[in-house]
Amino acid sequence: MGEELKLLGVWGSPFSRRVEIALKIKGVEYEYSEEDLFHNKSALLLEYNPVHKKIPVLVHNGKPIAESLVILEYIDETWKDSPLLPQDPYERAIARFWAKFLDEKCVPAVWKSCMSVGPEREKAQEEALEFLSTLEGELKGKKFFGGETVGFVDIVANFVGHWTGVLQEMAGVDILTEDKFPVLCKWAEEFQNCPVIKENLPPRDKLLAFFKAQRETITNFYKNKV
Amino acid sequence: MAGRVVLHGMWASPYSKRVELALKVKGIEYEYAEEDLKNKSEELLRYNPVHKKVPVLVHDGKPIAESLVIIEYIDETWKEGPRLLPQDPYERAKVRFWTGFLQQQLFEAIFAVIKTDGEAQERAVKEVHEKLKVLEEGIKGSYSGGSPFINGNSMGLLDIVVCSTLGAHKIHEEVLGVKFLDPEKYPRVTSWVTALVELPLVKEATPPLEKVVGLLQFLRSSFLESAAA
Repeated sequence: MGEELKLLGVWGSPFSRRVEIALKIKGVEYEYSEEDLFHNKSALLLEYNPVHKKIPVLVHNGKPIAESLVILEYIDETWKDSPLLPQDPYERAIARFWAKFLDEKCVPAVWKSCMSVGPEREKAQEEALEFLSTLEGELKGKKFFGGETVGFVDIVANFVGHWTGVLQEMAGVDILTEDKFPVLCKWAEEFQNCPVIKENLPPRDKLLAFFKAQRETITNFYKNKV
Repeated sequence: MAGRVVLHGMWASPYSKRVELALKVKGIEYEYAEEDLKNKSEELLRYNPVHKKVPVLVHDGKPIAESLVIIEYIDETWKEGPRLLPQDPYERAKVRFWTGFLQQQLFEAIFAVIKTDGEAQERAVKEVHEKLKVLEEGIKGSYSGGSPFINGNSMGLLDIVVCSTLGAHKIHEEVLGVKFLDPEKYPRVTSWVTALVELPLVKEATPPLEKVVGLLQFLRSSFLESAAA
């Protein structure tokens, strides 16, 4: 088809991995470029995402798209096989609602629970428990948020499905535990074992080692991010 | 597209206003339920248990929350009438990107100016200007072809969000004593906002100036009081 598709990403970023999962589900070929976020962002990244200077950025035939949720919707609208979002407008609205909830509430709360200090950390932990409880309620007996198969919300929930376990181990906190969230933990297991997901998650031990070693750098880097 | 449409909103909420504008642009008939945020209706709490906030659109008894999600739902459900988002996936991505920026960056920065005073407010004001500069550059790059109105003179999602974020700039000037929309620094943003607030649909949906000024002043003093406490 003569398409040029490039992804600027980072191996350990859940946002970056969301896009890779989506592209793999769609069976779309792309070129991957690993960015060095802490020390040396590429000229290409700064050119393609001047507003935020962040990854992921998807570049399709020279046209850049930034922000993982925007990219996911773009992918779903451009490659119509194996839809990520449901077809029905109401179901789509529900999926978008939960994606927003994950990104605006769950991710920052869990992140701060592990990376912050003092009262901010305590407050974040309370919130994280509340938000995860809400998420657990939404799963209510479904195998995945998308139903029988992985969908839009499951992809967006990758942070909960994989990164949360690693971060809480690094920080020595208990947030996503089986006794508190049995349904969510079962989902996380199914999620991680799903073939297309499994191949597109950074190895747990590598991720843990990375966060442990980089804790201070990340804390400073992300102080203004979330 | 038939079906009973009810919007649970609040007269001064910009989020609520966004949905009203979208419904009006599409020419959709709807019932409006004004919520007293200090005494939320049982229905609102049932329809939006997660956030307990307005706006909530209820279509044939099915509730949708979050203004941007609601507007995309409206566009996908009512296909007659002007489009709120473009057809082309890349153009749609641009709209979603800038909508996200306006909401997460600019709107939050303006809110910070409302909630603070002294040095903190000075910093917040500076940040608003930084974001406006980015927006100005962004319009130059993304919409160099001319008016961002996607249907000529009919508002789309991006217009609606620009309007709800910056449309109240005169009110901000009066209550905060800060002028954000400098036509020399931000010519494109200023002319876009100026054109939007003149649209009959927007004028119709805009509450009286004194009423909003009064509320904003009250909100500001509440924030400052609780920050000092």
